Amino acid sequence: MDNAIIQLNNITKKFDGEIVLDDINLSVKKNEFVTLLGPSGCGKTTTLRIIGGFETPDEGEVYFDGNLINDVPPFKRQLNTVFQKYALFPHMNVFENIAFGLRINKMDEKLITNKVEKMLELFNLKNYGKRRIDQLSGGQQQRIAIARALVNEPKVLLLDEPLGALDLKLRKEMQHELKAMQKQIGITFIYVTHDQEEALTMSDTIVVMNDGIIQQMGTPIDIYNEPENAFVADFIGESNILNGVMHDDYLVEFLGKKFDCVDIGFGRGEEVDVVIRPEDLDLTPKGEGKLEGVVKSVTFKGVHYEMDIMVNDYEFLVHSTDMAPVGETVGLTLTPDDIHIMEKGD
Amino acid sequence: MKDRTKYFAYPYVLWIIIFIVFPSFLVLLYSMTTKESNGLTTIQFTLENFKKFFNPLYINILWDSIYLAAISTVICLLLGYPAAYIISKAHLSKRNTLLFLCILPMWMNMLLRTYAWMTILGNNGIINNLLSFLGLPTFNMLYTRGATVMGMVYNFLPFMILPVYTALSKMDIGILEAADDLGANKYVKFRKIILPLSMPGVISGIIMVFMPAVSTFIIPQLLGGNKNMMIGNLIEKLFILNGDWNFGSSISIIMMIIILIAMSIMNKFDVDKEGGARLW
Ligand SMILES: Nc1ncnc2c1ncn2[C@@H]1O[C@H](COP(=O)(O)OP(=O)(O)O)[C@@H](O)[C@H]1O
Ligand SMILES: [Mg+2]
Repeated sequence: MDNAIIQLNNITKKFDGEIVLDDINLSVKKNEFVTLLGPSGCGKTTTLRIIGGFETPDEGEVYFDGNLINDVPPFKRQLNTVFQKYALFPHMNVFENIAFGLRINKMDEKLITNKVEKMLELFNLKNYGKRRIDQLSGGQQQRIAIARALVNEPKVLLLDEPLGALDLKLRKEMQHELKAMQKQIGITFIYVTHDQEEALTMSDTIVVMNDGIIQQMGTPIDIYNEPENAFVADFIGESNILNGVMHDDYLVEFLGKKFDCVDIGFGRGEEVDVVIRPEDLDLTPKGEGKLEGVVKSVTFKGVHYEMDIMVNDYEFLVHSTDMAPVGETVGLTLTPDDIHIMEKGD
Repeated sequence: MKDRTKYFAYPYVLWIIIFIVFPSFLVLLYSMTTKESNGLTTIQFTLENFKKFFNPLYINILWDSIYLAAISTVICLLLGYPAAYIISKAHLSKRNTLLFLCILPMWMNMLLRTYAWMTILGNNGIINNLLSFLGLPTFNMLYTRGATVMGMVYNFLPFMILPVYTALSKMDIGILEAADDLGANKYVKFRKIILPLSMPGVISGIIMVFMPAVSTFIIPQLLGGNKNMMIGNLIEKLFILNGDWNFGSSISIIMMIIILIAMSIMNKFDVDKEGGARLW
């Protein structure tokens, strides 16, 4: 933990007696890109605000670079925030907004102009320096909010859904841009989003949250391939989640059939969640698959087909480059690797 | 489809014509005619009434009124801004009580309030009684310029506090947090964010205090005495004592022009075109 730049120990936060964060432990390494991912209201913003110093935790410690900062006011913390609602200064033009932090640090005027111009260029706002904030679109305002924080080159940058107001194309561009910048300048990013795709493409580490509790922490690949519970599996990607029973190590039963799997350590006869990714199911001709079902719907998605296939009374979501017409009975196969066994959530 | 909603404005327009346009027109007419014109047949236009005003005697009274009103406005600002700031920062449950206390004196008749000050400031008033009781020398406070200024500050302070409070309490907390986040301590935050963003409220407050202050006649009459005449007293005197409605009207028109000019200059300072807390 010695190269942790931000560390949260047992953070608990209540609003009006309601627990919003429940015993959060989080360690962020220098230059890491960490994403807090979870549905709306799960406590992402609150976590970020505790790191920024805008909320005080009811319990627990916040460390910055090894120093306890629970009582350090926000203006003394060496980190900057891109706020969810931009919070730009309405009485200053674009240039002055971005220059605000530099001016407070009494930086040389020439250097300020230099840095701000560079930011404007980077964010495709080259001739916008003199514009008033209310003359800009939401997307432009959002980029200025990022520029205003980034220009200070803080050790840690907190970003609260910074791309939320952008259209898909610009969002993809900015995702790429932010990631490249983060690598290039070497800033630690703590990034909040509810968009799992964004989290998967940008992060070094993803922290999946729900109801104020960290559900899982890991690399995007780990999170995607080895979700620890049904919530993570479902939230991270579309999933088929079935009720199953463990018969033995490496043996699970669901939909009335026994399957080989790779999981051990569950009790015999323990009820479990079985998670199967839509792209892991393969279509076979009728009679050749272990499972058999009727195609209910087919949608072409560009690269693959998305099908709903009814097996007994469970509707499987299947992504495949093969296709079978609606109404046809098909077989489904899967390998032991494709079956993920999870403890039943409550 | 015809837009019928415009008819709803008619009573209001009628009201404006009867009570604002028509009297103003009469004042204008009086200011530009001679005393002898007492009917349409005998009407005689003249600029004599305006010329008469450009006499050091009257000009001095005008300057003095502007000076006293300006001082009162500055004092109102110096007292009102911190008061508004404190109220806006107070806990929600206390905020309404504090605001209520600010407005409470306005529920009493202004004449009564001002009379009350006479009994406080008078030679045998409360303050001097207290001073002599403590064995200290007493002061002649009533019928001074200071008393006039004090009366104006007392009467018009709420008109400063309310618009400034509105501007301060409307301020987006997110913006203040952003300033914190970028390293601004509370002094920098006040100077660079809070003060500029509350300017629309300050300007409204200045206008709302200066306008009644510059034209008041009750306060200088009761607290300032005869020596400390303001322009409002002059106009009142011309109308009531001298019966010179024409000269009185011309001074009223000159006052109106001065106030209009002052207002438009103030509005130039108002950078926040979004509206902020502008009352005008
Ligand atoms: N200042 C506050 N007062 C009361 N409740 C709050 C406050 N801020 C957040 N909450 C509540 O805390 C929960 C988590 O909020 P938040 O951290 O904003 O979630 P997220 O950013 O993940 O959408 C929500 O239920 C929200 O209503
Ligand atoms: Mg949020």
